Amino acid sequence: MATTETSAAGTPAPGSEPRHGLRLFLIWIILSLAATLVIWFVWYPHLPPGRMSDAAKHQQFDIAVLAISAAPVIIFVLLYFIYSIVTWRARPGDDGDGEPIYGNTKVQASWIIGTTVIVLWLFVFGTVELVVPAGAGAGEGPSPIWKLAGTQTTSWTAGSNDMLQVQVIGQQWTWTYRYPQFGGMESTELMLPVDTPITFHVTSLDVIHSFWAYQLGVKADANPQVDNVAYVTAKALGSVTVRCNELCGIWHGAMFNYGHVVSQTSFASWASGVQSKEQSDGILAALPPYALTYDPTVIPQLGKNLTNVIGITGSPGYYYPPSNPVQP
Amino acid sequence: MSVAARAASLFVAFLLVVGLGVFVALYYVGAASSLPTVHYTASGGQVNVVLQEDPGNDSATKPNWVTYYTQDPTTKNWLHTTLFSVPANTKVNVTIYGFDGCTPLRNNYFSQVQGTIGNTVTVQQFDKNNKALGSAQTVSLINSWGDCSVGHTFAIPGMSLYVPVASPNAQNSKNNLCSSEPCTPTSGGAYAQETFSFMSPAHAGVFRWQCLIPCGGGYIDGNGGPMQTLGWMAGQMDVVA
Repeated sequence: MATTETSAAGTPAPGSEPRHGLRLFLIWIILSLAATLVIWFVWYPHLPPGRMSDAAKHQQFDIAVLAISAAPVIIFVLLYFIYSIVTWRARPGDDGDGEPIYGNTKVQASWIIGTTVIVLWLFVFGTVELVVPAGAGAGEGPSPIWKLAGTQTTSWTAGSNDMLQVQVIGQQWTWTYRYPQFGGMESTELMLPVDTPITFHVTSLDVIHSFWAYQLGVKADANPQVDNVAYVTAKALGSVTVRCNELCGIWHGAMFNYGHVVSQTSFASWASGVQSKEQSDGILAALPPYALTYDPTVIPQLGKNLTNVIGITGSPGYYYPPSNPVQP
Repeated sequence: MSVAARAASLFVAFLLVVGLGVFVALYYVGAASSLPTVHYTASGGQVNVVLQEDPGNDSATKPNWVTYYTQDPTTKNWLHTTLFSVPANTKVNVTIYGFDGCTPLRNNYFSQVQGTIGNTVTVQQFDKNNKALGSAQTVSLINSWGDCSVGHTFAIPGMSLYVPVASPNAQNSKNNLCSSEPCTPTSGGAYAQETFSFMSPAHAGVFRWQCLIPCGGGYIDGNGGPMQTLGWMAGQMDVVA
């Protein structure tokens, strides 16, 4: 069929077309290599959340690997986009159509194989990085699948491989921490020993919060009456910022405090000191028996569900029930 | 629809969304800024802050909400606000009149007094006739689970200050709570008077304070209403240099 469209002046004659594929490949491989080197050697050491714990270290590594995996793809898309605009743009006076494309087996196969490899790589890498660091610092619920190695004991000794149990209690709008291996003493300060396997039992006394120990790479939801378990081993001394990561009310933004990773002997000294002080002050006896979750409407010492004994002690003298019907 | 009409519709929709956002922001900012701030100034290196917590309030819209009141140091009038300022690096003497009845703490750990000078508070109970019951007690613990003894808390988590605020004695407060807020010692309700001191931070800044007892009657688990609203059971202490 004859065409009424005219070809642009200066169109290369057949056979003189440069090898665009080779050009693109060479530019792409050079840029990808450069990006990989920059990410690995310049960016990686400064990526969040740092290297304060094994979980944090793995997360930093994950981000670097994912960035290196993504960089060639992004570079290819942008490179092809720019190359197309520069090389194949319509010249002035060129109103002709491009050549019709009926399919290219090589391109299609490359696309299918390439995307399949990328997805499978991400699946395998992500799974390994979730399993190897025992849940990667995330909350695993009350029955964790991936457990951190350590000896389960009722007491904790410095220099041993004893797993330290720390209960994280969220309430509007502050965090407290209980240490069942130290008589169930409680503190507003998160103190942790270095090089020690730690189990966090995260729960809440009211609404949903989220325990985020940023530098440790730990993040676990704090749900009322749920024991959410997360593991970590701190590998360096220093301060830890603890934030709530779940919108939980007017002071959500101010619901943070600080923790410290200290030497094992310093931790043992601190924990024993707090336990002794709370014993002598009487607060230890006033706390409920340590439990993985608490029913906030029941006072263990009285053994009663106070929502059902309205008015015995004054006004109101009881907890407001979950479905308080009165809306003032 | 023409391109011009579609563009105009999009522009109007954009303006509506932006306008709604600005309105909401201004509404809340305006509501917060309408609260008066009580300024406490130091005398002899100390400053005296006086608060009270009541089972109700004198507002027209939320008379059943529990609330704190703050006393103006000059006029001695009770202002319905929870915003106050104190000088930096100054000893702050706090007096809180507890006119509200007891409610247990969710976390009894906060029965322990923390962050005050000496980690103690001094509590004096009064009956409805303003008669002192026994002598004032200086304590480091008011066990809200052991008996009905804590009405609310005064907590500034940013300063690690946690103070359980005593409620009137259970036997005296039952059916004898003040009902004409803001209350006074002679308004016919039993009450507890609690005093404690702490050092204000050396640097200027705004420190939020709150009640840790879920006391928002009428809301799920007592967590809503006054618990979530500035001027009621949540406030700010402005530390000025």
